[in-house]
Amino acid sequence: MLDILLPILIFSALLLTVIGAVRRVRLWRQGRPSPVDVVGGLLKMPRRYLVDLHHIVDRDKYISKTHVATAGGFVLAALLAIIVHGFGLHSRILGWALLAATACMFTGALFVANRRRNPPARLSKGPWMRLPKSLLAFAASFFIVTLPVAGILPADFGGWLLAAVLAVGVAWGVSEMFLGMTWGGPIKHAFAGALHLAWHRRPERFSTPHNASAARSSGLKALKLDDDKAKLGVEKPADFTWNQLLGFDACVQCGRCEAMCPAFAAGQPLNPKKLIQDMVIGMRGGTDAGYYGSPYPGKPIGEHEGHPNGPIVNRAGGALVDAETLWSCTTCRACVEECPMMIEHVDAIVDMRRFLTLEHGNTPNKGAEVLDNLIATDNPGGFDPDSRLHWAADLNLPLMADKREADVLLWLGDGVFDMRNQRTLRSLIKVLRAAEVDFAVLGTEERDSGDVARRLGDEATFQTLARRNIRTMSQYRFSRIVTCDPHSFHVLKNEYGELGSADMPANYEVYHHSTFINELVKAGSLTFKEWKGGSVTYHDPCYLGRYNGEYEAPRDVLRALGIDVQEMARSGYRSRCCGGGGGAPITDIPGKQRIPDMRMEDVRATGADTVAVGCPQCTAMLEGVVEPRADIKDIAELVADALVIGQSTGKTASSKSAPQPQRTVEEVTP
Amino acid sequence: MPPDAQSSSATGLNVAVLVSIGRHPLTARTRRADQDARAVEMALTLSGASVSLMHAGQHDSDNEEAIRGYLGMGIDEVRLLEQMPQADVVPVLTEALRASAPQLVLTGTRAETGEASGILPYLLAEALGWPVINGLAAVEKVEKGVATVLQALPRGKRRRLRVRLPAIATVDTSAPAARQSAFGPARRGEFDVQPHASEADSALTQWQIQPARKRPKRLKIVKSSSARDRFKAAAAKSDGGGGQTLNDVTPEQGAEAIFKLLREEGVLR
Repeated sequence: MLDILLPILIFSALLLTVIGAVRRVRLWRQGRPSPVDVVGGLLKMPRRYLVDLHHIVDRDKYISKTHVATAGGFVLAALLAIIVHGFGLHSRILGWALLAATACMFTGALFVANRRRNPPARLSKGPWMRLPKSLLAFAASFFIVTLPVAGILPADFGGWLLAAVLAVGVAWGVSEMFLGMTWGGPIKHAFAGALHLAWHRRPERFSTPHNASAARSSGLKALKLDDDKAKLGVEKPADFTWNQLLGFDACVQCGRCEAMCPAFAAGQPLNPKKLIQDMVIGMRGGTDAGYYGSPYPGKPIGEHEGHPNGPIVNRAGGALVDAETLWSCTTCRACVEECPMMIEHVDAIVDMRRFLTLEHGNTPNKGAEVLDNLIATDNPGGFDPDSRLHWAADLNLPLMADKREADVLLWLGDGVFDMRNQRTLRSLIKVLRAAEVDFAVLGTEERDSGDVARRLGDEATFQTLARRNIRTMSQYRFSRIVTCDPHSFHVLKNEYGELGSADMPANYEVYHHSTFINELVKAGSLTFKEWKGGSVTYHDPCYLGRYNGEYEAPRDVLRALGIDVQEMARSGYRSRCCGGGGGAPITDIPGKQRIPDMRMEDVRATGADTVAVGCPQCTAMLEGVVEPRADIKDIAELVADALVIGQSTGKTASSKSAPQPQRTVEEVTP
Repeated sequence: MPPDAQSSSATGLNVAVLVSIGRHPLTARTRRADQDARAVEMALTLSGASVSLMHAGQHDSDNEEAIRGYLGMGIDEVRLLEQMPQADVVPVLTEALRASAPQLVLTGTRAETGEASGILPYLLAEALGWPVINGLAAVEKVEKGVATVLQALPRGKRRRLRVRLPAIATVDTSAPAARQSAFGPARRGEFDVQPHASEADSALTQWQIQPARKRPKRLKIVKSSSARDRFKAAAAKSDGGGGQTLNDVTPEQGAEAIFKLLREEGVLR
């Protein structure tokens, strides 16, 4: 009887799966077009899956091994089951292979079930609690029905009753595993995830070295602003590109993003996992009542709904998500780094912010004021742009306008207006002078890099600032840019390139000051006193670490100073954000606690007296934590304090500053 | 896409807002003028009112950029009465207002560029024969051609006025701040450019215009030992010294008092 029933079950399930797949693909195709390498992507998919994705899944050894056994066993078992039971090819060897595959899957499923006995809060419940049982049913049923094929049991073993039970088991298994894949069950992640890997929006994540966390690129694509009629940014789910929608659909709801998100931990109304699920709900249409994970802190489930062509954010609320959810993000990419499905949460958030800012004109709190300042004064604080170099009145900084060329263009950033960061800049200049680096600054010609404008969704202001900076820099000759601001660093390095033109290319070699100082140290240009301070920990800036993969240079510099870095539990690619990125201090969405306080708690746990930082934002955020707390020192400050400037070098330094071209004062009449 | 800000019901009210080219105080870049933007904001919060924007001036790219700042607040179109540089815009605005006949005209108290004398609303009112309200803080209701409005007085005081429409009202910094100007609507907003004959401002051509210099300000030296005293001195409202409040006087008596004061202060000789 099973011989007749099984092929019917398997093939009808496969047919329904194919129908479901077509429907699912049509859901994704509601999105905007986005060109991808269809065939090439598919060919690269296995490697992306087995190498890149595995690197990330393997950060949780338990689930990585469980997944290898379960998914590997399932893929093999499914293929063999179609051949053996679907086509009735009752070969003994295939039977044994199928037995082995189902046994492997069954073992894996037991571990899945074990994880689900007391699931951590980050995991979704609901249908996901059913999944281990379905896995066990699939594996066990196919194991038993295959026993006769392998010749272990007689073909008519067990009679009608067992056959009926097995038929039910197989039906349950194939519905969850085959149908669920394309009709929206938990196993959907396998189907959507595989295709998402093939047609990923940021394929450079998978280039060598095969480690997606080394991706040094911006996922933000420049908006075309010259088209008068086009809507700017993402208003409704269908405004995402189709492969973004596909990416959202790949979410496996493991909640690793939620566990890493600083805004979620701070009680701000953001949960990256829920956000991605909301996008899936929007793509399909419906309410979030069927979501079984953690909500946005302070926002009950079941009050939001949307559809593909409905707005994501309503001014009055009640649409798919609330605006403050989008404005809570610090764009730290902790979620992106952690996501085993390689979903790009942050870029999606910025896409939606673009609509809110460029079309709604609804940037919260100080957002509008900061953007107006950027437009009118080229800096977020609204300071007089001519006062950019006032802090350095005594430093006699060489100006690009005088020198025309230099080895290093020192990008000062907007920290020039901040008294705390001015100390860092002074230290950095002391270090550069001690190492006799040929550098120059743009001075009052420099403008904000556009980072804050872009993260706040104001692509227009970003592009204006960027184009003007590119034009300024194109007048001068320099071999590289050095900056102590990782945000400027990322923008100059990864986001300006797209805005360059044939006669004004914008592909610069950009160094963060820690990398540059590390090179100077390695070249032996700097000598240091013995380190006499207390213990030191290092806080990785998001835009240096996760965005640009630079974890080692700052630590090398600290080691060269003779410091033994006390690492925090969350450091390197898992570093917790200081709360200062993405315009979050400007939009200032309230939560239960402050992100920098939590980071300072991490510092406290190491017992360090000093926390070394490499970013003006991190300095400002961490210094905002009330005392008693560790001291905050920029790497440049630590290096400058430890410098030994010998007699000879001291002389050359002073004699070097003398022949520098004096800025001639010209009377200019407007 | 204006937000649904609720305010007084002013269904069917026809509001014209006169907007000018602003100028950033630090960088001198053109922008939407702050007070004019507040006037636009006030017009947009009048629910049910139809708002039209009007600017008299040149039509060049710098000006266009600045005026788009107002359009970005969620307005579809601006009427641009094209004028020569340094033209007197009072005649053309008078004519345009007379033709379009709005019930309420809103504008900033003074412009950020040009003469910025703040006299324009008064000249318009004189020419049209309409009342002027300065320092409009809120429009409470509009009923049967009479508007009940709040006028801002110094130190946060408010005065409720009932004004027969049509009227001209000027808005200063005591009015609610203008909403953010969004790039998308600003770019899509349209210009209805209407060339008009310009009347040269003969007085203006005689003037020599130069950047204002900050005048030195005498420091107020507070001699006191305690921080409390210094704080009190810093926070104390400056007493006007002399001056008098006249209540229930005839217009003639009021005018006389003002005339006397101007004499005393040496404004009139």
